[in-house]
Amino acid sequence: MRRLLRGVRPERARELGIVIAIIVVAAFFATQIPDYLSGRTFVRVSTSVAIIAVVAVGQTLVVLTRNIDLSVGSIVGLSAYFVGTLLASNHSVTPPVAIGIAIALGAALGTVNGLIVAYGRVPAVITTLGTLAIYRVALVESSGAKTVTTDSLPAWLLDIPRTTLIAIGDLDLRLVVVAAIAVVVVFQLMLRYLPFGRRLFAIGSNPEAAAVAGFPVQRDVFVAFVLSGALAGLGGFLFLARFGNITVVAGQGLELQVVAAVVVGGVNIFGGSGSVIGALLGAFLIDLLQESLIRWQAVNQFVGMALLGLLILLAVASDAVIFERVRAIRARQRRSRDLASDPAAEVVVHGA
Amino acid sequence: MARRLAGQLASWEGLLLAILAVVVVVNTASAPGYLSLQNQVNLLVLSIEKVLVVLVIAFVIISGEIDLSMASVMGLAAILVAWLWRAGVPVEVGIAVALGAGVLAGLNNGFWVAVVGLPSLVVTLAGLIGYRGLAYVLIEDRSIGNFPGWFVALGRPIIGPFPLSLILFAVGLVAAVVILQYSGFGRLVYAVGSSPEVARYSGVRVRRIKLGLFVASGFVSALAGVLIAARLTAVRGSTAEGFELDIITMVLLGGVSIFGGSGRMAGVILSILVVLNLRNGISLAGFSGNVQTAVIGALLILSVLLPNLFATARGRLRRRALGRPDGGESIPASVSG
Repeated sequence: MRRLLRGVRPERARELGIVIAIIVVAAFFATQIPDYLSGRTFVRVSTSVAIIAVVAVGQTLVVLTRNIDLSVGSIVGLSAYFVGTLLASNHSVTPPVAIGIAIALGAALGTVNGLIVAYGRVPAVITTLGTLAIYRVALVESSGAKTVTTDSLPAWLLDIPRTTLIAIGDLDLRLVVVAAIAVVVVFQLMLRYLPFGRRLFAIGSNPEAAAVAGFPVQRDVFVAFVLSGALAGLGGFLFLARFGNITVVAGQGLELQVVAAVVVGGVNIFGGSGSVIGALLGAFLIDLLQESLIRWQAVNQFVGMALLGLLILLAVASDAVIFERVRAIRARQRRSRDLASDPAAEVVVHGA
Repeated sequence: MARRLAGQLASWEGLLLAILAVVVVVNTASAPGYLSLQNQVNLLVLSIEKVLVVLVIAFVIISGEIDLSMASVMGLAAILVAWLWRAGVPVEVGIAVALGAGVLAGLNNGFWVAVVGLPSLVVTLAGLIGYRGLAYVLIEDRSIGNFPGWFVALGRPIIGPFPLSLILFAVGLVAAVVILQYSGFGRLVYAVGSSPEVARYSGVRVRRIKLGLFVASGFVSALAGVLIAARLTAVRGSTAEGFELDIITMVLLGGVSIFGGSGRMAGVILSILVVLNLRNGISLAGFSGNVQTAVIGALLILSVLLPNLFATARGRLRRRALGRPDGGESIPASVSG
């Protein structure tokens, strides 16, 4: 076991762990629910994950900087409702324009968060707990209790969630799923290779050191919030396409699922470590569990939420306990390697 | 004398007092019945469960932690009483079970935070989801009411216009002031919040204090949940949902630092009065509950943003006084450019 752990980076181990958990969950429910391992289950889970995953990518950027964005559920709702109303009244709006408006609206709301957190130095929990309420109220008050209905929307929009891009046997890979995966890949590469992405890790690991090193800490945190808002706006568009009927409570509570996906996906809530792919896997595990629990006759359908709380706790606890151990093993390994290559170091250690 | 008065007014409590005065004057001018005893009692009773929890959350935040799960514990307690009552268990037993569940919830939060050392933000966020989920498992999409008369009477006035919850709040308030401001335990809470390491090396049992505060938070939240069940006479899955916004706003607006170690009960009491009178004034002026929520959200942000901006401005002025006129401007410019 120890030898196995030695070669893996902690994040990779976490991602592997979630993949194993997904397989275990799927295997278990396959024995419980008839017709479970079908293309239908895959399509339902994957299209629902697409929305959460896009928003979770933005959340990952924010959490990496040791912040949190609790307002994403309200941004998704506002974006879905606003774009839905626009499309219902004006069918000539083209898809790129509609998507652009959704992203721009989200980015504007994220800008407000970012300004208050990065430049006003208000803790992110406080700021986004406040804007969570304010954005939702803005939606409720501006709607005049009207709802967006499916039949008022243009046909191209309703076709989006049904469009299959690639079909592998029984498995349909829907357009929205491919789009979500594209977003994940782009941001994973950005975090990996762009200076901005690398700086987010540095800021989250040690904000003071990052500032001393001359990184534009405030600007980077601000940009992370703007991107989180923009992706939540895009999530709102996907939400609109998937559900069609949008009321003022659209996306309410979505922030909890998104934060859960990010935390379960191994992004450290204290910032500095984690990956976008982890967040995607976390979202998939959570959605698979929830979808399966609803279809499982043996338990009450409301059990999903309670289990979600437990899952977050387990994820964070395993972070603290297991991965500390992995890091300790790796550190010991590195130390013994240093000792082997540098006899002087041994003297120092003996001296100490 | 004048300088001392100015110093008092410049303090956070002075600012709150001034805001409260403005709110009261505006409300009195716009709504005739506002200052009547009945209206004042009403505006307090409508939020009494929240302000009860505010008292204990102030301790938790001063100790440097946060509890986001309190509204879900309130809901779980209320739903436990209702669910057991529907299952044929007497309400007295239901109340005992609900309070016990609150203690357990607090122990669970406290264990992960104080003993294992996980961040309280995530632990209690998991609690927020998990306890609410547990409540929904019990009540599903039903609404449970028809409680016995004596239980419902708990939510009605018992002495003059005052219901039991208000009397409990008055007792809790005195206890909170005495414990936080005048007892050794209160000083330990401040010590833990300003620097857990220093407190630990000074022999303070940091873990035990934090665990105790989380248990107290769970117990008081459960008590508040029982009281809200009595006052509303019917309980649903969403009972007390979203209360964390109001509760945390009242604590932070009272001048308690989110980073722990500072804040005073006097400020918290004033902020409770400001928030409740403001809510009352907004509703008397004919605006919906939604507008109230938006104002509370804005207050939450401003209660931290304004002191920060003041501090920045003061630092800039001081630097200017020291003869470096451009020092204040050049730093932010380089950061944002």
